[in-house]
Amino acid sequence: MKILVVDDEQDVRTLFEQRFRREIRSGQFTFSFAYSGEEALEYLHAHASEVVLILSDINMPGMSGLELLRHIREEYPAPPPPQVMMITAYGDQASHDQALRLGADDFLTKPVDFAALKAKLAAMETHEN
Amino acid sequence: MDFNTSLILPILIALWVVRMLRQFLSLPLRAPRLSRQLDWIWVPGAALLALSFFLKSDLFDEAYLVFVLSVIGLVLLRTQDYRPARTLLLGLAPYALYSLIELLVALVGKTLLKSYDEVFDTSQGFAVIWLFTFGLIARNQKKHLEQERLEREREIEDKRRIEAENSQLERMVAERTATLTRQAQELQHTLDELKTTQDQLIQSEKMASLGELTAGIAHEIQNPLNFVTNFSDVSAELVQELLEEQQRPDRDPDLEAELLNDLKQNLEKIHHHGQRAASIVRGMLEHSRQSTGERQATDLNNLADEYLRLAYHGLRAKNKAFNATINTFFDPAVGSIQAVGQDLGRVLLNLFTNAFYAVQKRQEAQGAGFVPTVSVVTRRTGAGDVEIRVKDNGTGIPEEVQQKIFQPFFTTKPTGEGTGLGLSLSYDIVTKGHSGTIEVESTEGQGTEFIVTLPG
Repeated sequence: MKILVVDDEQDVRTLFEQRFRREIRSGQFTFSFAYSGEEALEYLHAHASEVVLILSDINMPGMSGLELLRHIREEYPAPPPPQVMMITAYGDQASHDQALRLGADDFLTKPVDFAALKAKLAAMETHEN
Repeated sequence: MDFNTSLILPILIALWVVRMLRQFLSLPLRAPRLSRQLDWIWVPGAALLALSFFLKSDLFDEAYLVFVLSVIGLVLLRTQDYRPARTLLLGLAPYALYSLIELLVALVGKTLLKSYDEVFDTSQGFAVIWLFTFGLIARNQKKHLEQERLEREREIEDKRRIEAENSQLERMVAERTATLTRQAQELQHTLDELKTTQDQLIQSEKMASLGELTAGIAHEIQNPLNFVTNFSDVSAELVQELLEEQQRPDRDPDLEAELLNDLKQNLEKIHHHGQRAASIVRGMLEHSRQSTGERQATDLNNLADEYLRLAYHGLRAKNKAFNATINTFFDPAVGSIQAVGQDLGRVLLNLFTNAFYAVQKRQEAQGAGFVPTVSVVTRRTGAGDVEIRVKDNGTGIPEEVQQKIFQPFFTTKPTGEGTGLGLSLSYDIVTKGHSGTIEVESTEGQGTEFIVTLPG
């Protein structure tokens, strides 16, 4: 399963690669990283069909995660649409509601609970298969 | 009855002369005792008159005249300090001398008198004229002296009046000086109080802006702390995996090396993010501290980036529904400039906070479809200066307000929300503190751009 992680913090890459090292090693998940909303869209333009899940931070300079979400929902309505999970440091209801309204599949708060995330991904994979 | 009636006239004349003399010489003032004694001038005349009943002589009147003249001479001598008196004395002398000689001659014998009759007559005429002339001179002198006296009195009077006026003036001046001194002291006191208040206001403005930042700071600290936690957790996992690997009979040295390498990398990450959090705390402390005013090499792009995040997250924390597009372009050519980082940080923070406030207001008014956008651009100009542009598409500033925004205590925010000192302090920091300029371009309803130019 191919996952695109969007966050302006570069170290997120290292963190994900280590947290999911076993899954990566086993080929269960493949991660790609983008450091801004713009970069993520660019990546999607080239690899739209491959990406199954997008994990995006909301608060990023430039294009925010919510805007990226809106673009994704507009540009890629074709079934199956990629799953989008929003991640934010602000666990507030307003962002949560807005994300869901824009079509987010799930909503996570920072610091990310990787155990929970792994469970969600596993469930999703099962569901997909 | 037969007595020498020729004595009556000299007595009357003597009384009249005494009266005149008293008046002329102001005798009651000048010699009071003598003046009273002169009242008795008639007594010798009266005595001679009485004597004339028994003794026949035509010299009585002559004798009395000599007596009167002597008395007058004596009076004049006594009052000779008075110049007209001296003049009169001088005028009287020949006549008195003449009268005395005449009397003596008459006593010696009438024949002699007869033979020198003409000489005596001439002498008498001369003496009378002399007396008369000197009388006139004395009168003039008296007048003159009187005038002088009056003048002197007037002068004294004037002097006295001037002195009185002077002392009056001096008193008024002293009063006025006292009042002014008191007022000056009061003003100085007020000025001191104002200065203290100003310092306190500046400090409270700092603390107020710090308060606005709290949430932003919390967010900015939370991020690195999350990394610290995550990297620690994952490192623990890596250690566990490494230990497990070491227990296996068929150890994979490549994997062990990779795990060790990751661990090393993670420790570096933990260190890095720890430092990042520490730097934010340091920045916050620096912001609240009194400025040292010392210029140091300051990375303007870093400073702008840091405060932009703080401002944005600060506002986001207060209004969770708020989101803005932030465009930044940090020109690497800007690099470091000599600046008081803490002060310049406040300027930037203020500009960012204002920009976010403006776009937020417009969003509230306009609702959906409006994309709040704040852009921050740094640039090194052709002239070598450094330029920071903070642009928003917020509510904009009306023209008449634009002229006032840099004035202290001017604010358009509701009471309690703004101190009205932000831009005024920013203006001082940029212009006075860094010899730069700060300009505003704004169109109401369209947006605002602040341009800060600093000498590179």
